[in-house]
Amino acid sequence: MNNLKHFTNGIFRENPTFVLVLGTCPTLAVTTAAFNGIGMGAATTFVLVFSNLFIALLKNFIPDKVRIAAFIVIIATFVTIVDLVMKAYTPDLYKTLGIFIPLIVVNCIILGRAEAFAQKSKVLPAILDGLGMGIGFTLAITIMGSIRELLGNGSIFDIKLVSENAKTILLFILPPGAFLTYGYLIAAFNKIKAKS
Amino acid sequence: MAKLQSSLKNMILCLFLISLVMSAALGVVYNVTKGPIEISSKKAEIDALKAVLPAFDNDPTADAKDIEGLTYYIGKKSETVVGYAVKTFTDKGFSGHFELMVGLMPDGSINKIAVLSQKETPGLGDKMKTNWKDQFNGKNPKDYKLLVKKDGGDVDAITASTISSRAFCDATQKAYDGYMKNFNKSEGGNQ
Repeated sequence: MNNLKHFTNGIFRENPTFVLVLGTCPTLAVTTAAFNGIGMGAATTFVLVFSNLFIALLKNFIPDKVRIAAFIVIIATFVTIVDLVMKAYTPDLYKTLGIFIPLIVVNCIILGRAEAFAQKSKVLPAILDGLGMGIGFTLAITIMGSIRELLGNGSIFDIKLVSENAKTILLFILPPGAFLTYGYLIAAFNKIKAKS
Repeated sequence: MAKLQSSLKNMILCLFLISLVMSAALGVVYNVTKGPIEISSKKAEIDALKAVLPAFDNDPTADAKDIEGLTYYIGKKSETVVGYAVKTFTDKGFSGHFELMVGLMPDGSINKIAVLSQKETPGLGDKMKTNWKDQFNGKNPKDYKLLVKKDGGDVDAITASTISSRAFCDATQKAYDGYMKNFNKSEGGNQ
């Protein structure tokens, strides 16, 4: 039961995007289309699960004063592995997601979870926390990507919902639209959270 | 096991071992994936050639020529030249460098263009991958100005991505100029 809580924690109660407000750089930068959200989310989830796993395993071996340096090395290694493996075996997927992979290193959700959770917990809760946080992040940026794609481009997942020549609100694909959407989503999320 | 103390010896040992293990792991992964990466990038090259050239039956990658930073491929069908493909690039993109494969007919008109690699803004500049680039098909840069309309040319820019569109034109122009200079010595002649 407790394990389930670690898992759902990241999806709703401590959603990394809307509640912890971590990893805002990729959130604002890649959410121009719904598909980007899924891609970035999946890659981040993978790295998050494995970095949490290894950090939970090695937590007693890493002295406190050098923990950040050690975590960064571990995270960067997994990101590079994902990058190489995807390039080699799924070149088509890599072509679509390739630009997001190096961005994962600078996503502070991963370091944040290593620091705040994985280094103090056992292996299984750490994996579940990574998975939950990853899914929460994926859901959040996919919703945000859908809204921006719908308003800015008139489509969701590249499926056109308005006629080809219809005027769309281009602003929502541009950076200011990212901030506007993000702000309203955080407000809406807090409203829902306060009720439950 | 109790947590290791932050003594100098422990810190050095820990960082040394972690770096060692992680770099060894990366080395292994690099070696394992090196072969498949080469195969898939070669396949991507041939796919791009197939996309931009008329039907051909030789292996254009076998006698590709590198001249002044651009790579030229010659597509032949039963020994007759059907078209040329030029791997070209620009550094003027919104996010810097990107690469295109431009297919040219022997008379210098554009057959088709494929995007090889780009990192333009998703949802804006990366629309160059869509059917936007089809407007170039069949146009001869001799009487089709490779500039966006804002600059007095004939190309419809991608909405809100004038910089990416300009860069696209720049790369295509480079391919055309290089082809005319190196392969199309006399008007309409094949080499």
